[in-house]
Amino acid sequence: MTELSAHLPQFQHGQLTENFPDNHLSNTNDNSERRRHDNSERRRNDNPESETNGQPQSNVQQVVEQDEEEDEELTLKYGAKHVIMLFVPVTLCMVVVVATIKSVSFYTRKDGQLIYTPFTEETETVGQRALNSILNAAIMISVIIVMTILLVVLYKYRCYKVIHGWLIISSLLLLFFFSFIYLGEVFKTYNVAMDYITVALIIWNFGVVGMICIHWKGPLRLQQAYLIMISALMALVFIKYLPEWTAWLILAVISVYDLVAVLCPKGPLRMLVETAQERNETLFPALIYSSTMVWLVNMAEEDPEAQRKASKNSTYDKQAPANQTQNEDPEADDGGFSQEWQQQRDNRIGPIESTPESRAAVQALPSNSQTSEDPEERGVKLGLGDFIFYSVLVGKASATASGDWNTTLACFVAILIGLCLTLLLLAIFKKALPALPISITFGLVFYFATDNLVQPFMDQLAFHQFYI
Amino acid sequence: PMGTDMAQTRHRCQQMLSLSHRAFFWLVSLLLSSLIWFIAVKASDPRDEPLQRGLLIFGVMFSVLLQEVFRFLYYKLLRKAIEGLVALSEDGCSPISIQQMAYVAGVGFGLMSGAFSMINLLADSLGPGTVGIHGDSQLYFLTSAFMTMVLIFLHTFWGILFFHGCEHRCWWEIAAVVVMHLAVSGSTFCNPMYVGSLVPSYSLMAITAVWAYLLSGGSAQNMRRFLLCKS
Repeated sequence: MTELSAHLPQFQHGQLTENFPDNHLSNTNDNSERRRHDNSERRRNDNPESETNGQPQSNVQQVVEQDEEEDEELTLKYGAKHVIMLFVPVTLCMVVVVATIKSVSFYTRKDGQLIYTPFTEETETVGQRALNSILNAAIMISVIIVMTILLVVLYKYRCYKVIHGWLIISSLLLLFFFSFIYLGEVFKTYNVAMDYITVALIIWNFGVVGMICIHWKGPLRLQQAYLIMISALMALVFIKYLPEWTAWLILAVISVYDLVAVLCPKGPLRMLVETAQERNETLFPALIYSSTMVWLVNMAEEDPEAQRKASKNSTYDKQAPANQTQNEDPEADDGGFSQEWQQQRDNRIGPIESTPESRAAVQALPSNSQTSEDPEERGVKLGLGDFIFYSVLVGKASATASGDWNTTLACFVAILIGLCLTLLLLAIFKKALPALPISITFGLVFYFATDNLVQPFMDQLAFHQFYI
Repeated sequence: PMGTDMAQTRHRCQQMLSLSHRAFFWLVSLLLSSLIWFIAVKASDPRDEPLQRGLLIFGVMFSVLLQEVFRFLYYKLLRKAIEGLVALSEDGCSPISIQQMAYVAGVGFGLMSGAFSMINLLADSLGPGTVGIHGDSQLYFLTSAFMTMVLIFLHTFWGILFFHGCEHRCWWEIAAVVVMHLAVSGSTFCNPMYVGSLVPSYSLMAITAVWAYLLSGGSAQNMRRFLLCKS
């Protein structure tokens, strides 16, 4: 994948930086969504010439080398900070899921299965069970692949409205219906008496604010909180409705699929990214957890200080004029995983693409806007699907493991270490990378190892009160 | 000022990262040692009580040794990382000292070990039940808590000692750490006779604390100055 295709131009000291789009995949189904794909992309500083949209930068090559070294240093320096910025939300999501699993018994009760996993696991023989779970996993993965390809096709033929509608419906479902069920179950667990009117008010407010924050504008922290909540809700649905062996198999196959889809030249995600790059758009940013703000230039303002202050405390995305075709704002749920290094020091012109207004605005910007460089403001992005599958792994570990908390803790540490490693690889390779494989592999290995090997050992030690 | 700010945040972040890496290393060592124990148990007669106990003791010793090996491996990894950071930094000196890393590494090891020891106990302590109803000690939870605490502290101090020994090639320091770890684990074999395990562990902890403090550059004067709140 080329790193130098032109994208959303970004201004920084009058320099333009490229913005690589994120990759997402949206598989939206009736009652569950899958999110996938990691892409990590890196933006580079480019030379100080201003650029119009859609034209690849000409003399970018020469600047790239010197920028590369600086970038590498900066990356490694700020790498640790970014890893921590991702640790916190991933940890929060997992904590919410584990807390719910441990307290609300609804999510560990078997109440049937999804239609995508039609084969039951209550069979007489082990062989039959294995076969059923393999079939279930196969069906699920094919559904996901079909949805992915559908999304790529829709994107390629510019059916943005369909994609938007799809995403809005799925986020509506999550924010209203699933959280209503969740709230109901929590009330049942703690035996809280509640009337429908209050619940309706609560859910309505929660849902509407969520839709606004995720799809439009809102305070960054609130948006992050909502994204974490919907990932946790989705993970809980998976944990409840996927039978055991099927769940583990699906996790394993999904990481393989993620690897293939992001790295292979003909993989759907890669094609998605390349299409977006050709069109100079970003993909579905609302489906990605973003740890810092996007700073935006407001054309009317002259004062860079005021600009910075204005954008700093406010919103995730202030889009300039109407960008109706953009797959940026209203992108709701998507399976997108993407990891992106972002340089946040500059102003971001929205997903411009075709409005002549924005093009004119871009050209009208002075070439020496003096925003001071603040390398601390670089952000990291991680797709929501990553959150979901990590939480599914940890949640399933806490729900079904015999070693209980030890296993949960072990899986948690394994996933975090996998995330670290993935980010390290990202810093080294500087291209789109899937975030699932390493973490999920570690998580699975540690789950099975801890459950079967460590747990009896620790049990015996605790029984005799030996300490190691 | 900007530079130092960035250095501080980087520093803190790297410490946190090191903590989690450390936890991972401990986990892997635990995994390997349980694997060995498991194989040994499966290969033996489950009804033979003394044999099982003997196997458990063997498992514990092996686990201790493996933990120290992993501590050493972690030291090697950290060394490489610090060298890399020094190479990258502008002024040739590392933003993090090996001593701080030793401390963090020790804490990470200790926290993970403590968490694994205590967390199931804590979960069980919430539930209905009576401690020691079958004639076991009634102080089970209390002593477990104290033992875990002393182990966490010990791991922290051992981390400092161990890294110091590796840095300055004082092999006897490393050997002392290993022997102490074995001794503490061994002393827990006389549980539930808690006086045999808690008392030696705490005294060892006091000795190690003083030793680590002295190695990190502390002295009696510093301590006095600190306690009397002099600048």
